[in-house]
Amino acid sequence: MRLLIRNVRLLDARGERGPGDVYVVEGRISFTPAPVDEVVEGEGRYLVPGFLDLHAHLREPGQEAKEDLASGLLAAAKGGYTDVVSMPNTLPPVDAPEAVAALRERGRALGLARLHVAAALTLGQEGKRITEAALLKAAGAVLLTDDGRTNEDAGVLALGLVQAGAWGLPVAVHAEDASLRGNGVMNQGALSEELGLPGNPPEAESARIARDLEVLRYALRQAKGRPRLHVQHLSTRRGVELLREAKRAGLPVTAEATPHHLTLTEERLRSLDPLYKVAPPLRTEEDREALLEGLLDGTVDAVATDHAPHTQAEKEMDLLRAPFGIPSLEVAFPLLYTELYVKRGLPLARLVELFTDGPRRVLGLPPLHLEEGAEASLALIDPAPKRVEPSRFASKARYSPWAGWVLEGWPVLTLVEGRVVHRVV
Amino acid sequence: MRHLLDFQGWSRKEVEDLFETARLMQEVLARPVKKVPALQGFTVATVFFEPSTRTRISFELAARRMSADVVSFSAASSSLEKGESYKDTLLTLEAMGVDAYVIRADAAGVPHQATRWVRGAVINGGDGRRAHPTQALLDAFTLLEALGSLEGRKIAIVGDILHSRVARSNAELLPLLGAEVWCAGPPTLLPERLPNVRLTPDLEEALKEADAVMALRLQKERMAAGLLPSLPEYVALYQITEERLRKAKPHAVLLHPGPMNRDVEVEGTLADSERSLVNRQVQNGVAVRMAVLYHLLVGRKA
Ligand SMILES: [Zn+2]
Repeated sequence: MRLLIRNVRLLDARGERGPGDVYVVEGRISFTPAPVDEVVEGEGRYLVPGFLDLHAHLREPGQEAKEDLASGLLAAAKGGYTDVVSMPNTLPPVDAPEAVAALRERGRALGLARLHVAAALTLGQEGKRITEAALLKAAGAVLLTDDGRTNEDAGVLALGLVQAGAWGLPVAVHAEDASLRGNGVMNQGALSEELGLPGNPPEAESARIARDLEVLRYALRQAKGRPRLHVQHLSTRRGVELLREAKRAGLPVTAEATPHHLTLTEERLRSLDPLYKVAPPLRTEEDREALLEGLLDGTVDAVATDHAPHTQAEKEMDLLRAPFGIPSLEVAFPLLYTELYVKRGLPLARLVELFTDGPRRVLGLPPLHLEEGAEASLALIDPAPKRVEPSRFASKARYSPWAGWVLEGWPVLTLVEGRVVHRVV
Repeated sequence: MRHLLDFQGWSRKEVEDLFETARLMQEVLARPVKKVPALQGFTVATVFFEPSTRTRISFELAARRMSADVVSFSAASSSLEKGESYKDTLLTLEAMGVDAYVIRADAAGVPHQATRWVRGAVINGGDGRRAHPTQALLDAFTLLEALGSLEGRKIAIVGDILHSRVARSNAELLPLLGAEVWCAGPPTLLPERLPNVRLTPDLEEALKEADAVMALRLQKERMAAGLLPSLPEYVALYQITEERLRKAKPHAVLLHPGPMNRDVEVEGTLADSERSLVNRQVQNGVAVRMAVLYHLLVGRKA
């Protein structure tokens, strides 16, 4: 199908241009007028490269009551995402090449947002024996991680970094020290003491990041230069500082932050609602400010959702038993567009970079810009305000900490290589 | 008030009104026929996801003394892990026409969640480490009886403060009535900070010039978890003895939420002495819970 998006503002990580007319022909961007099948009005809207989420829990196989590829990838498309990396902590975990290939095949057949598969770093995500990095890469895995579990054994992580590095795969880590975090269900501090809830201290994160950076140095020495470490869902001020120092020292390390850590704090737990139970936990306003600084100065490379859907019944358990996780694929961009750009003045191009070129760099993909001949994987963003209504989510998780918030910057059209995967215009 | 979850948002006046009612209930309990028709036609459910015979009996007696119908539900939290849910349990009771729910659970927040699901009044019968408001009310009521007023009084709470909902609720309520609260216990069993409370590992400092001492129950699991080196050490440092109580004011009284580990938290002879208000606490518990039920069920209709 040939499409014309008329009079639209063009926005990518390099900045804003236009307004102008954008043609989508044969799955590519063109600025040359041509006959089209359909015209979409772009006036007052932004056209941006499609977003890439580095961190989504799509729950397939094994926990389809929470989410499956169809609901998860549609939720992603509605959120302006053209590309999603699925985490391997499924039932069973994705730790074998056949599992990676099967998932990719299912994803392709659905024809929604594109699925990229992260595989486990260790067999069964048990932290003991590393997986077959070369075969996983050949089957199409883009990243290795034991996310959802913490890598306690430094020796195994070092081996994994060397092995994955040899095949060009980054290793992502859920940076929490299991013995320090204990059975904590929220940030440890004055508030957890007041509420009488077991706390997870910020040092559980920073102690682990400090160790992992040393393991990375060691792996670099062993493998002479290829390993890359990616720190997932950064949540603490100290964690940001450690990453900043490491980057300054030239270590091949990247980091992501989530929409919830960027917009919510532990204060939400005053409601004693398990909706806000997430790992790592919501932290303090000071930590949140440090994350925002990290976004601005490049310490944080990407916004990643950590979209973690659960069933309603599970989230209505008590705070000790309810599972960790917040779903956010559908609201991530409007949320940060509103909270960080509209309200806080974060430069718009930087915001877009955090959803596009930033995460692409983590995976070693080239930047995606709005240029003649570039792949037409795009999102059309409408600044008109709209209320967050979880009952209308495509995700099976129809609850949200942002329910009722009025947000601007909603994706109204998402194209993958020129194919419409979501539209409300 | 619509529910009793904790003391967030409570005023001193509200507590005093409640105690006024509790005093009337005490009179009822002193009569030969200890029953009034105040809650006839109402149904009170005790919903215990964590066992506690004492608290449950106290609530059930309080409801029956006012002629309410009482039903009780108890389930080990282990059966909840097998897929039963708090919500379903409560909605089932709601469908049967329950007006008030006394909810106890091992996790903080369950009574708060319940208020989102049921229309009836919810009373927190103890949730995790968070709160045990009726225990704090009966403690404060008992202290008022013994001391006349709590204005400027120093109250020392001693023991495992970190895991204690009794300590947390008292730390919210007693300052509201003008008292100065000190919490003393082993450093590993003290929280980092609690609002309106002085925290110290030094028992003597907490007891000095105190008007009352509340010893908390020590759970044996704390030792298994490595939070306490040994029981003898705890006894040596934190047991309330007659000797130690001399640091406090001459009239100082002793409280304990029960059940007491004799000769662990409190020296046995002191527990049986006239200074101990432990039995008085249990008695007052019924009157105070009657007052709470009355305010929630009759007060909310008015
Ligand atoms: Zn994680």
